[in-house]
Amino acid sequence: MKKITPYLFLIGPLAMYIVWVLFPIFHTVIVSFTRWDGMTKMRFVGLQNYVQLFRDRYFLLSFINNLKWMVGFVLLSIPLGLLFALLMDQRFPGHRVYKTLVYLPMALSFVVIGQIWSWILEPTGGVVNTFLRWIGLSNFAKSWLSDPKVVTYSLIWAALWRQIPYAMVLFLAGLQNVNRDRVEAAMVDGANALQRFWYVVLPELRPAMVVAVTVNVIDSLRAFDIVYVMTRGGPFYSSSVMANYMYIQAFHNYRMGYGAAISVIQFLVTLIFILIYVLNVMKKEEREV
Amino acid sequence: MISRKKWLFALLFYVFCTFIVVLWMIPFLVAIFTAFKTIDEIFMLRNFWAPPRTWTFENFKVAWKEGKMGRYFINTLWVTSISVSGTLFLSSLAAFALSWYDFKMKKPILMMFVAGMLIPFQMLLIPVYKFSVMTGLYDTLTGVILFHIAFQLGFCTFFLRNFMITIPSSLFDAARIDGAGAFTIYAKIIMPLMKPAMAALAILEFTWIWNDYLWSLILLQSDVKKTVTIGLTAFQGQWISSWNIIAAGSLLVASVPVVVFLVFQRYFIRGLTFGGIKG
Repeated sequence: MKKITPYLFLIGPLAMYIVWVLFPIFHTVIVSFTRWDGMTKMRFVGLQNYVQLFRDRYFLLSFINNLKWMVGFVLLSIPLGLLFALLMDQRFPGHRVYKTLVYLPMALSFVVIGQIWSWILEPTGGVVNTFLRWIGLSNFAKSWLSDPKVVTYSLIWAALWRQIPYAMVLFLAGLQNVNRDRVEAAMVDGANALQRFWYVVLPELRPAMVVAVTVNVIDSLRAFDIVYVMTRGGPFYSSSVMANYMYIQAFHNYRMGYGAAISVIQFLVTLIFILIYVLNVMKKEEREV
Repeated sequence: MISRKKWLFALLFYVFCTFIVVLWMIPFLVAIFTAFKTIDEIFMLRNFWAPPRTWTFENFKVAWKEGKMGRYFINTLWVTSISVSGTLFLSSLAAFALSWYDFKMKKPILMMFVAGMLIPFQMLLIPVYKFSVMTGLYDTLTGVILFHIAFQLGFCTFFLRNFMITIPSSLFDAARIDGAGAFTIYAKIIMPLMKPAMAALAILEFTWIWNDYLWSLILLQSDVKKTVTIGLTAFQGQWISSWNIIAAGSLLVASVPVVVFLVFQRYFIRGLTFGGIKG
């Protein structure tokens, strides 16, 4: 009797998880080996979709754009999030209000963020171009969302508005665990602010750093909403990412098999980082037991 | 001299922090300015920096009535509240089993929940869409609700379990010796202690599900069933460059999670930092 008790509690949640999450994962893998329009019978084609993917320049473009997202997220949201966290951690009068205001974008849907940023980046009266003209740099004014050369960076920039505060939250939590006595001891020993940060604070932030980097990479690999809302991946797929290309292939062009293959690639790349995250959790788990 | 140097440093520090905050607020300012402008100002000036010359509240009325935001609000409130309650209840059951019992599949099941919450949604799109069509759940709010409940189980179970294992096991053992059944222990002893964790989780889940776009896009079709995010993208088609109305719609969509966030900020942040994961 005692043995089955935990399973009685688990049966409901597990059943739902299997139907809507676990089974679909396996199903998508199977679909990726077929040609299927979603209605008629599936036809098994082996690795054909995958072979085709690596010759599809729009897929390769989407893949490279995902790498740009990854680099952008890691190189900008990590250091800036850390910087913001260090500033706001000084507990100056009013720091609570400042924090709340910086956090605010995290409460917004990407649909709203995309909409607002399309006005910021709008070519004629948009915030960025108006500002550039005002300070006399009108040469730098661009069609941020329709110039294939810059459009991906514009989207990343918009996403960072929400991503940087998120990294900041993670680092602020990490800073709570930093041993203040050690920082003071270093100060007594004559270490300057930069040395204290580099030799005392930063090593203690390692766990927060691991989480922040992993999460940022995973987020960069699953970017979809903001791309789809702002540009649909255009113009001419120049701002496409894997998630968005998959959606277009599967649900606009009814190429379910091809779309599934795209998502499997996206999944495999993400899986590396999911594993890092899960191993991290498991290590923590072992320490607690 | 030293105090003067310190004073200067503090001033610079404030200026820099204020600069960051102001920079971060610009997008909000742009949205607010645009939402209160008349259509004439939008077309004549074409300047998003400029505050409205005449402030009008008309755009919000149009968005709410003609844009059917009112209808979308009801749909989204329904989807969000049922999904949050459902997933909180089911994940608390799962977390209970994974915290207080030892059994063979314990670790694999836990890790499966943890890994599942990080998966790219694209991996689920085709089967979930097909399944919904097959079972008649397609284009129903119930279909969206069931998916949200199922998918959010991963994060919620992981989250709640981490709080549950901090409850002293003596409480659990004492109740068991008194002859309390497992469900009684869950409902009468453990859950009352989980209130703060459940509150943090509810706030996070509320904002995530309210803000969801992709699953409504995949699983809903008819206009009367749209959620706010899908409704807002439909504005772009209906009012193409009437940015004032689109801005008013955006602010309406944002208002609910922003208010929830402002009121429950502590819970929200505590929830976020715990797992370092968002949906």
